[in-house]
Amino acid sequence: MGKVIVVTSGKGGVGKTTSSAALGAALAQRNEKVAVVDFDVGLRNLDLVMGAERRVVYDIVNVINGDAKLPQALIRDKRLDTLFLLPASQTRDKDALTEEGVERVIAELKKYFDWVICDSPAGIEKGATLAMRHADVAVVVTNPEVSSVRDSDRIIGMLDSKTLKAENGERMEKHLLLTRYDSNRAERGDMLKVDDVLEILSIPLLGIVPESMDVLKASNVGAPVTLADTRSAPAQAYFEAARRLAGEAIPVTIPGEKRGIFGKLFGRKAA
Amino acid sequence: MSILRLFTRSRSAPAARERLQVLLAHERASAGSDLTAILREEILAVIAKHVELDADRVKVKVDRDENVSILEIDVEIPLDAARAA
Repeated sequence: MGKVIVVTSGKGGVGKTTSSAALGAALAQRNEKVAVVDFDVGLRNLDLVMGAERRVVYDIVNVINGDAKLPQALIRDKRLDTLFLLPASQTRDKDALTEEGVERVIAELKKYFDWVICDSPAGIEKGATLAMRHADVAVVVTNPEVSSVRDSDRIIGMLDSKTLKAENGERMEKHLLLTRYDSNRAERGDMLKVDDVLEILSIPLLGIVPESMDVLKASNVGAPVTLADTRSAPAQAYFEAARRLAGEAIPVTIPGEKRGIFGKLFGRKAA
Repeated sequence: MSILRLFTRSRSAPAARERLQVLLAHERASAGSDLTAILREEILAVIAKHVELDADRVKVKVDRDENVSILEIDVEIPLDAARAA
């Protein structure tokens, strides 16, 4: 039986889709079978970020409505044999997702895949609650910025109350993925530090993804950042996060923490 | 001027941290904001055991201050029900 991960955040634009694609590709490179599922019905983008936008024939709403079988809707990644995408519908809205339909799709995916990664839409409405409903593990994507932290706190509250696990009295496993982190700005005191966010949200840290041009570059060409440039700092961060998800206990680092000559001269006290 | 600002600039992250801590403490406390609804239902049930009363005449309010929370319960008991009791 596969594990179901929800990638969620509350706030939009913090990196849910980027992270879903990157973690999916990172896990698939460990030779595990991965399905990434786009729950953002009406505003799908996972297909675009993964470079499969021209191969979408059927989507999750078709599967739920019985217009297509799951294997017909799943798109196999051209670069990784073990990575699959279940796209969202672009022409419907979130009400097209039904509780029973989603349950059926997830149950079937769990049979065939080691990992089912649910890319949640932003917000706290139906799409987001359905994406988290059947999760075993939650990855809470947060930027070191007040509105993102506040929304993450709200989402953590929902994970602890609105999921099947929570309703069954079980503990939902939650992890923080801090994205767009800039350690230089944090050291200067102009950005919340990792420890600040951890203290406020008090969930364990899965990884720190540094702010990087490589993320945009990867999405420009339609490749998860863990496929586009495996040695880039964000890719390294996602590989580490994937290893932690798979159960390895490795210390969290901030990949690619490099200082220019100016930074070296002024050390940690610069400005 | 700009060089001076570079050195005298106050850091903004501690402010972010503090504002979040205060805000989230409030928001978490009211997260189960159905609390007032639950209290209302239960208080109503208890009183209804002894006196007949109108469900709309029970008001439950929670006020939060930085240091103290006030739970205000306002129950209006009809005159004849009060006499009967």
